[in-house]
Amino acid sequence: MALWFSRSRNIIAHLVKTKISPINQSLFHAKYISYKLPYELVWELRKEYSSTATGMVFRRFESARAGEVEEAVTYSTSDYDDDDDEINDAENKTIDFPGGSVAFTQQMKFISESPDKRVPCYRVLDDDGYPIAGSTYEQVDKEMAVKMYKSMVTLQIMDNIFYEAQRQGRISFYLTSMGEEAINIATAAALSFDDIILPQYREPGILLWRGFTLQEFANQCFGTKDDYGKGRQMPIHYGSKQHNFFTISSPIATQLPQAAGVAYSLKMDNKEACVVAFTGDGGTSEGDFHAGMNFAAVMEAPVLFICRNNGWAISTPISEQFRSDGVVVKGQAYGIRSIRVDGNDTLAVYSAIRAAREMVVREQKPILVEALTYRVGHHSTSDDSTKYRPLDEIEHWKTARSPLARFRKWVQRNGWWNDEGETELRGTIRKQLLNAIQVAEKSEKPSLVDLFTDVYDNLPLNLHEQEKSLRETIKRHQKDFPSDVPV
Amino acid sequence: MAFGSLRRIERFGWASSKLEQRGRSIVRRLSTFTEVDESKKNSSHQETGKSNKSVNLFSAINQALHIALETDPRSYVFGEDVGFGGVFRCTSGLSDRFGKRRVFNTPLCEQGIVGFAIGLAAMGNRAIAEIQFADYIFPAFDQIVNEAAKFRYRSGNQFNCGGLTIRAPYGAVGHGGHYHSQSPEAFFCHVPGIKVVIPRSPQQAKGLLLSSIRDPNPVVFFEPKWLYRLAVEEVPDKDYMLPLSEAEVIREGSDITLVGWGAQLSIMEQACFDAEKDGISCELIDLKTLIPWDKETVEASVNKTGRLLVSHEAPITGGFGAEIAASIVERCFLRLEAPVARVCGLDTPFPLVFEPHYMPTKNKILDAIKSTVKY
Repeated sequence: MALWFSRSRNIIAHLVKTKISPINQSLFHAKYISYKLPYELVWELRKEYSSTATGMVFRRFESARAGEVEEAVTYSTSDYDDDDDEINDAENKTIDFPGGSVAFTQQMKFISESPDKRVPCYRVLDDDGYPIAGSTYEQVDKEMAVKMYKSMVTLQIMDNIFYEAQRQGRISFYLTSMGEEAINIATAAALSFDDIILPQYREPGILLWRGFTLQEFANQCFGTKDDYGKGRQMPIHYGSKQHNFFTISSPIATQLPQAAGVAYSLKMDNKEACVVAFTGDGGTSEGDFHAGMNFAAVMEAPVLFICRNNGWAISTPISEQFRSDGVVVKGQAYGIRSIRVDGNDTLAVYSAIRAAREMVVREQKPILVEALTYRVGHHSTSDDSTKYRPLDEIEHWKTARSPLARFRKWVQRNGWWNDEGETELRGTIRKQLLNAIQVAEKSEKPSLVDLFTDVYDNLPLNLHEQEKSLRETIKRHQKDFPSDVPV
Repeated sequence: MAFGSLRRIERFGWASSKLEQRGRSIVRRLSTFTEVDESKKNSSHQETGKSNKSVNLFSAINQALHIALETDPRSYVFGEDVGFGGVFRCTSGLSDRFGKRRVFNTPLCEQGIVGFAIGLAAMGNRAIAEIQFADYIFPAFDQIVNEAAKFRYRSGNQFNCGGLTIRAPYGAVGHGGHYHSQSPEAFFCHVPGIKVVIPRSPQQAKGLLLSSIRDPNPVVFFEPKWLYRLAVEEVPDKDYMLPLSEAEVIREGSDITLVGWGAQLSIMEQACFDAEKDGISCELIDLKTLIPWDKETVEASVNKTGRLLVSHEAPITGGFGAEIAASIVERCFLRLEAPVARVCGLDTPFPLVFEPHYMPTKNKILDAIKSTVKY
C-alpha cells in the first residue's frame, strides 16, 4: 500500500531526512522529486508535523480559507532551509492564483507524460500461493478463507453452467466473470453489508457473497415471474434492493456519477457506510468516469471506485484504450487517493479493499483501486475472443495465473481445505445449479401487466390505452405471442 | 457554459430597446392571462386570495425552491453557479438560508450533474438539478434517457429516482443564437419514464415546479427564459401545486383550437386577439405537461371547433406538434374541417441575426389561423 504524495514532497523530504532513512527512490529528476512512502507513515508524519507546526509562517497562505489553513501549514516549506537548496529556492518564489499559492520557477520544464517506473502492484501471494516475504496484509482466518474460496468456486461453476445453458439455447445471453473471481469475492468479503454496490456487470460475486441464491440468479437469467426485474432486462442484469446492490444497466460507466450522488446521501445521513462503484478498463474512457471521479472528489463523497482492469474491452486491448500507466494514475489528477493491486491475488484484493473501505468511510472521501487482472472468458456469449487474442494467452491466464488455483494453494497449505472437499463442493454446487435451472425453466414468465407497470409510479392514460389495444390484438392473433406469458 | 453578454443582460436588464419593447408586450399579454384566469374563477390564484404579490418568473421559481427546501429536509438544489444565486437568479438566497450542504455549485459537467442527481434521488431524496441552459443538456442525455427514465422499470420497482427534477431554461431570448435559444423538449418526449413540464407564467411556474419536485417520477422542467424577468403576475405566497398531465383552456373560442406551451403561448394569444378582430373565435390551450400529455382536453376542444393549430419554437420536423397533430387526427378525423396547422421554428439551427425570421411569429400564426378557418 503506497501512494504518491508529491504535493507534500518537501515536508516528506524533510522528515525523511531527519527521522527516517534511507529515502525512497526518486521518480523524476531532482526538481520534481516524488517520494513513495507507506500511506500510514505519511499520515502519521503529517499529523505529528501539523501538531508541532502551530505558529508557522502563514504569510504565504493569506488567501487560504479557514478550512484550508491546516492543510496550508502542513504543506508549508518555510522551515526547510536545510533542504535541497534548489527545491527550496524554487519554493520560495511563489505567486497567488485562484486555488492558492503556487511556486514558480525560471526553468521551463514539462511534466513527463509517464513516470520512469510504472506504479507497482500490491501483491501478497506469489504464483504458488506463498505469502511474499515482508508483505503486509489483513489476517484471514480459516472460516473466512474457506468461505471465500467456496464462493469463488461457486461463481466459477455458475459461470460454466449458465454459459453452457446459453450455448444450448436455454437462455438468450450470458457473461462470465472467469478470471476475476478474486476481485468479485475478496471485494465482497472486505466490505460491510451496508455498503451500497453500483455494479458495472462483471461483479455477480458480490451478490453471491451477500446471499443472493443460485435460484435467484437463475430466475433473472431465465426471466421468470420471480425475477425481481420482472423479465424486462437481458440475462445478468441483476439487482437487489435487499442486498444493497443497484440494478445493473448495460451502458458503460453511467453508474459512476450516480455513485457520487448515492454516497453524498450516505454522507448527509452520517451513515457508517460507503458506495462501491465498479468499472472496467474500457469504462475509464467514458465521460461518466471523469464525471464520477471529479464529482466524488469535489463533493467529498465516500465512494470506493474499483476498476477491474482486465486488459480487454470486448476486443479492444488497453494499449488502444489509454496511454497512461493504466488507471491508478488517474486518481491523483482528480485529487483521489489510489492503489494498484494484483486482482488475481485474493489476499491482496481483500487487504487493499479492507483498508480502502475503512479510509473512505472514516475520511469521507473517495478512493480509487485499480485491480489488474485478465478476462479469461469471452466478453459475453455474443463474442468469440479467439478472433482477436491468442489461445495460448487465454490458456496461460486460465491455468498458470488462475486466482482460484493460487488462493487454493494457500488455503490448502494452511490445512483448511483438501481435495475431497473440493470434489464434494463442486458436485454439490453443480447439482444445485442444475436444479435451479430446471425450476427456472418450468416457471411462468411475468404476466403481461408487467409490460406496462413501473414506467411511471402509476399507469398514465396512454399506457392504459396501449395495454387495452394490445390485449385485443393478442386475442385476435394468439400465435404471434409467446404462450408462456400470462395475459 | 453561458456566454458573458447574455449573463450581463440577464443580470442588469435588457440592453436593447427593441427587446425591451417585445418584453413589455409579453408582460402585457401575460397579465391578460391572469385576467382570463380570474374571469373563469378557477385558478389557484383565486383560491388562495389574499397574500399575493406581483413577481416575475425567476422569483416565482425561487419561491418554489425555497418552499421545496423548507418543506422537505431531504431536498437538495445544485448545478453550475447555483451557489451564488444562479446566472438567472433563480437560486438566490437558497444557500444562505439552507446551507451549502443542501444548495451547492457542481463542477461544469452536465452528465455529472444529472448522474449525481439520479444517485441522490435513488436514496429517497429530492434532487433538484439545474442545467444552466437547455442547449447544454445533451451531455446528460444518456443519463436522462438510459438511466433516469428506466431506473424504476429496469429494477422491477425495487429502485427509483422519482425524486429527480431537472430544471433548464429553454427557448428564444432575442439574442441567444445557436446555443442559448434552443427548445429541445421533443427529444425528451420520446422517452417513456420521464415527464416533461413547461410553464407559461410565474404563477404556473411556481405551482408546476412544486408538483414536479414532489412527483414520484423524474421530471424535466423547462423554464421559458425569455419570461424570467419579463413575465410578471400575482403569485400566491403560499405553498401550492398545479396538477401535471392536465392541460388548461386559457381562452375559450369556437372556430379553431390553438395548442402550445411555455413562452409561445403569449405570441399565440396575441394572434388570437388579432383574429378576433377579423371575427374568428380562437380557443387557446396550454398543454403544460408534454408527456404524459392530456389528449382528452385537446380532443374535446377540437371536437368543438373542428380545427387545430399547434405552435412551438422548436424546429417543425419531428417536433412535439407532429405528435399532437397525429393523435388528434386519429381521434377527431371526421370532425376536422381542415388539415392540422403547425406554426413552428424552421428546420435550421437556431440563428442569431435571423431570429425574427426563424421564429413562429404572431403574424405567421395569424395567417395560419385564417387559412385554416377558410380552408
